Amino acid sequence: MSEAIQDDQDLSGMPMMDNPVMPYLRQERIPHIWCPGCGIGTTVNCFTRAIEEAASDLDKLAIVSGIGCTGRVAGYLNLDSFHTTHGRAIPFATGLKLSNPELSVVVYSGDGDLFAIGGNHFMHAARRNMDLLVVCVNNFTYGMTGGQVAPTTPIGATQTTMPYGNFENPASLPFLADAAGATFVARWTVYHVRQLTRCFKEALGKKGFRFIEILAPCPTLFLRRNRLGDGVDMVRTYKEKSVLRNGADTKEVGLGLTGEIVVGTFVDRERPTWLESMNDHFGKVFGDRYSRYGG
Amino acid sequence: MTADPKGVLTGIHFLDGDHAACEGALAAGCRFVAGYPITPSTEVVERFAQRIPLVGGLFIQMEDELAASIAILGGAWGGKKVMTVTSGPGLSLMMEHLGLAYITETPCVFIDVQRGGPSTGLPTLPAQADMMQVKWGSHGDYEIIALSPNSPQECFDLTIRAFNLTEQWRVPVFLMMDEVVGHMTERVVIPEASAIEITERRWTAKAPGTYRPYDVGADRVPEMTKAGDGHRIHVTGLTHDERGWPCMTPKQQDKLIRRLSGKIRDNADALTDIREEGCEDADVVVVSYGITSRVASAAVLRARAAGLKVGHARLVVTWPFPAARIAALASKCKAMVVPELNLGQMVHEVRLAVNGRIPVLLVDHAGGTVHDPQVILDRIQEAAR
Ligand SMILES: Cc1ncc(C[n+]2csc(CCOP(=O)(O)OP(=O)(O)O)c2C)c(N)n1
Ligand code: SF4
Repeated sequence: MSEAIQDDQDLSGMPMMDNPVMPYLRQERIPHIWCPGCGIGTTVNCFTRAIEEAASDLDKLAIVSGIGCTGRVAGYLNLDSFHTTHGRAIPFATGLKLSNPELSVVVYSGDGDLFAIGGNHFMHAARRNMDLLVVCVNNFTYGMTGGQVAPTTPIGATQTTMPYGNFENPASLPFLADAAGATFVARWTVYHVRQLTRCFKEALGKKGFRFIEILAPCPTLFLRRNRLGDGVDMVRTYKEKSVLRNGADTKEVGLGLTGEIVVGTFVDRERPTWLESMNDHFGKVFGDRYSRYGG
Repeated sequence: MTADPKGVLTGIHFLDGDHAACEGALAAGCRFVAGYPITPSTEVVERFAQRIPLVGGLFIQMEDELAASIAILGGAWGGKKVMTVTSGPGLSLMMEHLGLAYITETPCVFIDVQRGGPSTGLPTLPAQADMMQVKWGSHGDYEIIALSPNSPQECFDLTIRAFNLTEQWRVPVFLMMDEVVGHMTERVVIPEASAIEITERRWTAKAPGTYRPYDVGADRVPEMTKAGDGHRIHVTGLTHDERGWPCMTPKQQDKLIRRLSGKIRDNADALTDIREEGCEDADVVVVSYGITSRVASAAVLRARAAGLKVGHARLVVTWPFPAARIAALASKCKAMVVPELNLGQMVHEVRLAVNGRIPVLLVDHAGGTVHDPQVILDRIQEAAR
């Protein structure tokens, strides 16, 4: 969608599918704003299946989004949900989690949101091992604002603010997450619905700063402009180009406009979370005088 | 209800304003602070970091003020009373989240220990340079409450009041300190916890399914909940309806923005706190706030000793601006004198309220130190002529 599309449009004539994920959505808010063929909806499908299979306590699961097309995810999920400011979902989520540690907090946002304007927060939350699951829908562009260059845009791709093709080096998100200290780092595409669902489930069951990158088509602004076909073509590309490499060195998983797409779980390790470190440390410093924060 | 004794350091202390403000926050029940160091405010969070482990709560130093100012909003929706602390450059970075706090009606306290600006300006020296920024610096129409202490004791007392007001009205509340008030050491009396009145959050008693986060009654302030209580709330910075869901129509915009501003604007009289002294039969009234009020008091005393009829009106609540009371004072005196540590900020509000009926003389100052009382006295004498 673009910012020109309003939430108050009357879309009541749209068909509503009888879908098993419906109980996890705010049904009165459907149909959603995303374009036909957009990959964001598929990721949400996988996420809702994962929380169903994981039998998560939905009252204790909170979701935080920044701003962007992906940023709208929070508003559609029938959870405690927070739609914050552009780039700042992670520090909001940090405050939420630390204030109420019994919550399981998921951050769900776009690549521009999490890695351009929000990049500093990502780095520090990973460094601190803040107990958050961060999900990034990477569509290689700024969807909400109409297809400008993103920190993930591959070299050569045309974007409205790179009208002659992008010449800027893109970031490799798993590499950044790994280097900053994330305890779990995985990448899938919207072709891999079963693997992604399993990955969500696995990550929800772990603690620490967990990061999942999901490659997803933005047919409206990225594919069309770069003559990469439509959403279905892109899913086919994901299928053809993906290579599964669990445990891959994150230095080796960078993406280009074409070429292979390394998927799988790259990092899975344990480190004490920020809160655990704080509690253990203060326990040593203050002894019996200290009561563990958050139980 | 009264304060949780765990946070109250009852006794007679010698504290500077920064430390006293921290004790005010602890006494008020603040249990979550996110901050980023900046002179001359840092002592507030340093003391909080030192005190909070045994009080039972949490401090986190974030990576910048954008992060600090939104981490506290997450903290509030997690159920805690929250605060962040900063000074000019950090305040500039916090502006977007001031707007988010306002439109989502998230209770939160900002302490701004003002220093000379613009930009890095005078990191270690005082000013009252952010008085307009807190009111107008975030985009869109919004209201805040701002309190201006002039002593460490008031830093303690007014921080408690700031927490109580933010819970009552669900708007961001600012404590507008300055470098001098922040760093001056004076006697601070901290009462027994049982003598400190605390305003609780307006927790909803409604059952999940019946509660809508932005339904309001006559006072236009909604009831609150926290994440994890089963209400499955949605909180967004987009213009929203009573359910909290995005609703971006001109009609809803009008309804929401007028409700939000109305709850403060229409209660400006109730929120007014002016300490008036000798204003009844004064020819000249000095209108001051914060540290400048103490210098102004000295000038007023000298003027009276010289036989002039001078009153002093000190604004404890600077926002919402007490326009009605200033207008009433202006109807009885011949001129007003407004000293402030900036080149003219709150004087604009005084002039609006006075509406040209009497002269309003500014005593400006670019910051870096407080006024020389003689300069204020000269202006009083000029006004009395
Ligand atoms: C402070 C601020 N700057 C800019 C914007 C405009 N803006 C909205 S969304 C967006 C980029 C979104 O891109 P991305 O995070 O990749 O999400 P997508 O829309 O592609 O899902 C921008 C720049 C904003 N809302 N706030
Ligand atoms: S990401 Fe692209 S395809 Fe998806 S909703 Fe936004 S503009 Fe449309």
